[in-house]
Amino acid sequence: MTDNIIKVGMADVNCTKHPGVLATLGLGSCVGIALYDIKIKTIGLAHIMLPWSHQAKNNANRAKFADTGILLLLEKMSEAGASLKNIVAKLAGGAQMFSFSGNSDMIRIGQRNVEATKEVLQQLRIPVISEDTGGNYGRTIEFYSEDGRLMIKTIGHGIKYI
Amino acid sequence: MDLSLLNSFHLDVLKEIGNIGAGNAATALAKLLNKKVDMKVPQIRIMGFSEVNEVLGGAETPVVGILLSVLGDISGYILFVLEQSAANTLVNILMSKKPDEELEYNEITLSALKEVGNILTSSYLSALSTLTGLNIKPDVPALAIDMAGAILSVPAIEFGKTTDTVLYIETEFIEGEDRVIGDFFLVPDTESYIRLLDSLGAMC
Repeated sequence: MTDNIIKVGMADVNCTKHPGVLATLGLGSCVGIALYDIKIKTIGLAHIMLPWSHQAKNNANRAKFADTGILLLLEKMSEAGASLKNIVAKLAGGAQMFSFSGNSDMIRIGQRNVEATKEVLQQLRIPVISEDTGGNYGRTIEFYSEDGRLMIKTIGHGIKYI
Repeated sequence: MDLSLLNSFHLDVLKEIGNIGAGNAATALAKLLNKKVDMKVPQIRIMGFSEVNEVLGGAETPVVGILLSVLGDISGYILFVLEQSAANTLVNILMSKKPDEELEYNEITLSALKEVGNILTSSYLSALSTLTGLNIKPDVPALAIDMAGAILSVPAIEFGKTTDTVLYIETEFIEGEDRVIGDFFLVPDTESYIRLLDSLGAMC
């Protein structure tokens, strides 16, 4: 670990310039949306909990949802000088931590988060160049502005870079 | 009602709810382990989502989580989080093995852990039910062995649909001098903690 790591908590977004690192610890059903401006090496990370803002009773916190969270992150990144046409995306998370026998919609929340994220990114024409989503385990991610690599650390499922 | 409107009296009542529920569960756990199990004073944690991951001494701490939906007059979740070593001891005792024998996670041991979760959460909720006169039952348990942050985020996501803060009634279980065994979290949804307070005449 280096000193310049900025943590992004649940329902939060942040961005940083080279040589910064963004990290999120213990992602479960939430999705970590990592955006990288390949030209100016500016990175952004959104940690979203729910798919769509219009489906929730309270959508004041834009960082909580896939749709508004991505837009909020893009605003922050463009303030930092990034431009939409140079941005690519990597995704991690969206697991199903517990398997229930019931039919609550909570079962598929991770999957729905990933689906909504991809739909929004597609509308914005941001390509998803790699992802590590789904499964039934938690992930810690570190996103490096140096080269846009995303490290994914798990318990019992190894470490990988995407 | 918003969480920020809860006053110190409300919080004391919620603490007492945690005390009575967890007290009953601690007794059940002590019987299972045939050891003395103590508990700390319950904490009412009202926090923003960004803090949830850091409860339990770090988002990446590996733990055993047993999660049950709460059904009946109130709804929400009850989550029992066990330290891995404690889960190990518990299962070995239940399987009549040596307490320090290394635990292999397979269908039988996982099922034993779920059963422990079942017994303890039922004790917790039945005490709560008696206290409040409300009908409160646990659903079928689900189990995960993973990072604490990822496990604690599951009930938080449910809160996310309606509010920007979560309320966890947390009670820590201790064995011997200071060895933490696990943590009990009762996570009632927004309407349910009002109902809990109301049933005890604490809402007027």
